[in-house]
Amino acid sequence: MSITVTLIAQIIAFLVMIWLVNKYLWAPLSALMEARKQRIAEGLSASERGKHELKLAQDRSSEILKEAKDRAAELVAQANNRSNEILEEARNNAKAEADRIVAAAKAEIDSEVNRAKEQLRRQVSEIAVAGAERILKREVDAKAHEAVLADLVAQI
Amino acid sequence: MAAENSGGGSVAYIQHHLTNLSVGEGFWTLNIDTLFFSILLGAFLVFLAARVGRALQTGAPGGMQNVFEAVLEFVDGQVKDSFGGKATNLIAPLALTVLLWVWLMNFMDLIPVDLLPAVAHGLGIEHLKIVPTTDLNTTMAMALVVFALTVFYNLKVKGVGGYIKMFLFHPFGKFFIPVNVVMTAIEELAKPISLGLRLFGNMFAGELVFLLIALLTLGATFSAALLIWFPLQVVLDLAWLIFHILVITLQAFIFMVLTIVYLGMAHTDIEH
Repeated sequence: MSITVTLIAQIIAFLVMIWLVNKYLWAPLSALMEARKQRIAEGLSASERGKHELKLAQDRSSEILKEAKDRAAELVAQANNRSNEILEEARNNAKAEADRIVAAAKAEIDSEVNRAKEQLRRQVSEIAVAGAERILKREVDAKAHEAVLADLVAQI
Repeated sequence: MAAENSGGGSVAYIQHHLTNLSVGEGFWTLNIDTLFFSILLGAFLVFLAARVGRALQTGAPGGMQNVFEAVLEFVDGQVKDSFGGKATNLIAPLALTVLLWVWLMNFMDLIPVDLLPAVAHGLGIEHLKIVPTTDLNTTMAMALVVFALTVFYNLKVKGVGGYIKMFLFHPFGKFFIPVNVVMTAIEELAKPISLGLRLFGNMFAGELVFLLIALLTLGATFSAALLIWFPLQVVLDLAWLIFHILVITLQAFIFMVLTIVYLGMAHTDIEH
């Protein structure tokens, strides 16, 4: 157990061992572990990003939902208004139609009254002529007294 | 268990177990067993790593990849703690190599002390020391590499002038330059020496305790006394084994942490 040339041999062996361990163990394994670390970090950041995107999507979806609800409410209100309008219009139309019918009926009644008056007047004039004939006991010459008769008719 | 005589047998037994299988003489002795087992374990480690590396899974790693990832993350954490993000690409692989390789070599200590030497004996090999870290050459080799890197990074980060300044003005300021040089030199040299000796000492002592426990029934023939010694040996061996799992891990960890710390110190500029 003294220092001999074995020392030099062992130094060489040690140096070779360092080189081999570095080549076959340290380099590939540490590179792999570094890559894995990277991948884990990437995965974590991706999940973080995913979470963020989910949050955004949720916000957006609730916004859209809210918008849709608003729009629906607006549509319902519009429809209500429109139905009221239609009702009002129908009511107005009906009223106008009724007025029109009433006016027409009145006009007809008026014309009917006028015609009856006219007829009555003519009959009265005939009766008056007949009465006058009787009173005179003789036939009045209708042609001779036409002007008198017309005057008479006009007076009635 | 080839000790015939009980008295001098124990000394011979221990000495036999502490002798390396070697070729050469004097400085030019090459400890074949140390080299063989350290390279074998290194190859095993690289084989495992390459097998895991071929089928890397980014998603859900399983089995061996999990183990390696956990160890790697642990080592990386230690390095980051010491360096705070300015570690070069060499530090962490170096620390990982130290931890895994030293642990594997220490682990050889848990294999029964007589098992592999007995097998080797059967194959005609006289001496075999299976724990590379009980060979001072192994631990000092790693310590010296760390020391060389410490000097390299000192020069790189502080510059040559800064490194010299560290020797001149370090513990006591500019009025004690000769003292400073001696103190800093001792401090710097103590780092690799203590680093190498600590691991060697711990593993050597651990191995020795295993040998002493093995001695309890060495060369025993069947007798009444054996009924006491044998269970005692089993219990002691088990206790030391379990304790030693902690020791080998701790020593590997300490070697790694000190490697990181020394290199970290080399990277810090002197403030004053």
